[in-house]
Amino acid sequence: MKKRILALVLALCMVFTLVACGPKTENNDNQNNNNNNTDAKVIKIGVFEPLTGDSGAGGKKEYLGMQYANSQSPTVEIGGETYTIELVPSDNNSDQAKAVSAASNLVNANVSLVLGSYGSGVSIAASETFNDAGLAAIGVTCTNPGVTAGNDHYFRICFLDPFQGTVLANYAADLGAKKAYCLGELGNEYDQGLIAYFTQAFEAVNGEGSVISDSFPKDNSDFTTYINKAKSEGAEVFFCPVSIAYATQIISQAANLDVSFPFLGSDTLDDNMVLEAAKGTNIQLFVTTFYAEGGNPEFDAGIKEYLNSNSEAMTNNGGNDTISAVTVMGYDAYNLALEALKAAGSGDPAAVKAALPSVTYTGVSGAIAFDEIGDAMRDTAFIKTANTTDGVWEFVKEQAAG
Amino acid sequence: MEFFISQILSGISVGGQYALIAIGYTMVYGILRLINFAHGDVFMVAGLMMIYLSASMPLYISVPVVLILTVLLGFLIERAAYKPLRSAPRMSVMISAIGVSYLLQNVALYVTGGQPTTYPAIPFISKPVNIFGVPTQWVTIITPVMVIILVVLLTMLINHTKVGMAMRAVAKDFEASQLMGIKINSIISITFIIGSFLAAVGSILYFTKYPTVVPTSGAMPGLKAFVAAVFGGIGSIPGAVIGAFIIGVCETIIKGTAFTVFSDAFTFALLIVILVVKPTGLFGERATDKV
Repeated sequence: MKKRILALVLALCMVFTLVACGPKTENNDNQNNNNNNTDAKVIKIGVFEPLTGDSGAGGKKEYLGMQYANSQSPTVEIGGETYTIELVPSDNNSDQAKAVSAASNLVNANVSLVLGSYGSGVSIAASETFNDAGLAAIGVTCTNPGVTAGNDHYFRICFLDPFQGTVLANYAADLGAKKAYCLGELGNEYDQGLIAYFTQAFEAVNGEGSVISDSFPKDNSDFTTYINKAKSEGAEVFFCPVSIAYATQIISQAANLDVSFPFLGSDTLDDNMVLEAAKGTNIQLFVTTFYAEGGNPEFDAGIKEYLNSNSEAMTNNGGNDTISAVTVMGYDAYNLALEALKAAGSGDPAAVKAALPSVTYTGVSGAIAFDEIGDAMRDTAFIKTANTTDGVWEFVKEQAAG
Repeated sequence: MEFFISQILSGISVGGQYALIAIGYTMVYGILRLINFAHGDVFMVAGLMMIYLSASMPLYISVPVVLILTVLLGFLIERAAYKPLRSAPRMSVMISAIGVSYLLQNVALYVTGGQPTTYPAIPFISKPVNIFGVPTQWVTIITPVMVIILVVLLTMLINHTKVGMAMRAVAKDFEASQLMGIKINSIISITFIIGSFLAAVGSILYFTKYPTVVPTSGAMPGLKAFVAAVFGGIGSIPGAVIGAFIIGVCETIIKGTAFTVFSDAFTFALLIVILVVKPTGLFGERATDKV
């Protein structure tokens, strides 16, 4: 008897939970149906970013910029009608194997175009899926040339690795370095690509053999050996274009080893975590990046207010309100997408794709216009240095490749 | 010369950290014939707990709390995931261990949100020091000393106390010792408690030197400590320690040469060679099949 009552109670519980869920889902369904029937007051923009995994920290910050932009301009005016913009995020786990299914999710969600991803590898992996669906994608901070090369649907608003590598090598020469030590992760296209471009440009100035390169295996945590090697080889600059987690290790281990040479990093090192690792040490760290805080005081003030009023956004930003360059790029990418929608005159993916090549936009990070490959024409990068006493980034200069 | 000394120093300290994890592997194997794959992740969780606890309380409280919580975690894992499978085939327990390992990693991923977290600086042991003109941290010197002290204490515990005797008996023959009135479950729990305690101490030393914790931080050190345990002869505590030091030193020396990309490959090649040439390891006992 007791058992029967228990079973009855459990059954009732199940029914109630279903009932509780019921109306909600129905509402959603109705909304979706309405959208489809009346041909939409909502336009969806897909966000293809790594929200977990190795690059999760970076992907979240980039998405943060888009969310902020969305809170600033949540609607777009097309042909006299106001459409609400809905961001549809899809997590690619920083994993090339999962990138394709994350991309398919966006295709199934009927988005008008896609923004992302942080990380070139996942963007390249998903490229074909977007192409098959006739979707245009805008790369925000993926700097590998392979993303946009040989296709007409992938665009990008940031500079490229050959440019970045050259800029860094020129800056190393400006610092007076005659010998460089490069360290990258084994098998990581981003690291190795940048090191190759850096080596090319640096050797052109200082002659053959002026660069020593090493690679460390994935999940390595002891970098003292490499730093000691750079010391004993007499390197005058240490170039490490690695992921954030490795960069924090390298910086904090170097702090205990009494090094005299400066560290150079690429856009990945422009991160709060790296800054925190350098705080309180005597490490000199220079990074190239897309935007330096203070470049647009109005924007800086706005996003800081947003971060301070939203605890979840604050956590995603690494717990403080330092502005990452990728956040600024995410902001610009969203606004560029709105321009593209206006130029297309509808939320139809094909129309957006056709309109994109001629869209121009002047964002917080500078003027954006696409060349025939689909890359933004950028000729300068910002160089920032870590102020290790106050734990803030300081703008050094704008550096050109030439 | 300075380069060489710095290599040896960092090799010895890496070896010491592997040793502390390897002891946990080797003790659990000795008693349960189980390779506890979750051990490396317990080590990582200890690191994460330290980060979160030290943010809200002073270090002289958070260090003991981390040690206690890690011990508790090890104990709970054994009770929840291994004890119910005591009479199941050995393979089931092994699979359960792999499950626990992934569970811990993914919980850590959820908690940290995929952001790399920075380990707090612990006074004194994180301070820089010069050894033979080579700049390094105190932790580099303290690690091997700490390992030797802990191993001596542990050997004394095993050889000269009642609990130690019970452990040896259980390791020799599971069923016979049960018949002799030894409380198997509490002996196994004690083994996990000691193993987790050493992993927690190891994590403090390791993350002070390499202060970034990500959810996969425990995977590589755990795997290498496992290789060290096999190399020294799994089941033997001095074997695990010596194996760990050899692997730590060899690895750092290789990293300093032109073959730096093969440093991990070396460790695992060593595992294969040992299994082929001397399957019981350096100090392992030959398994006697009881009929």
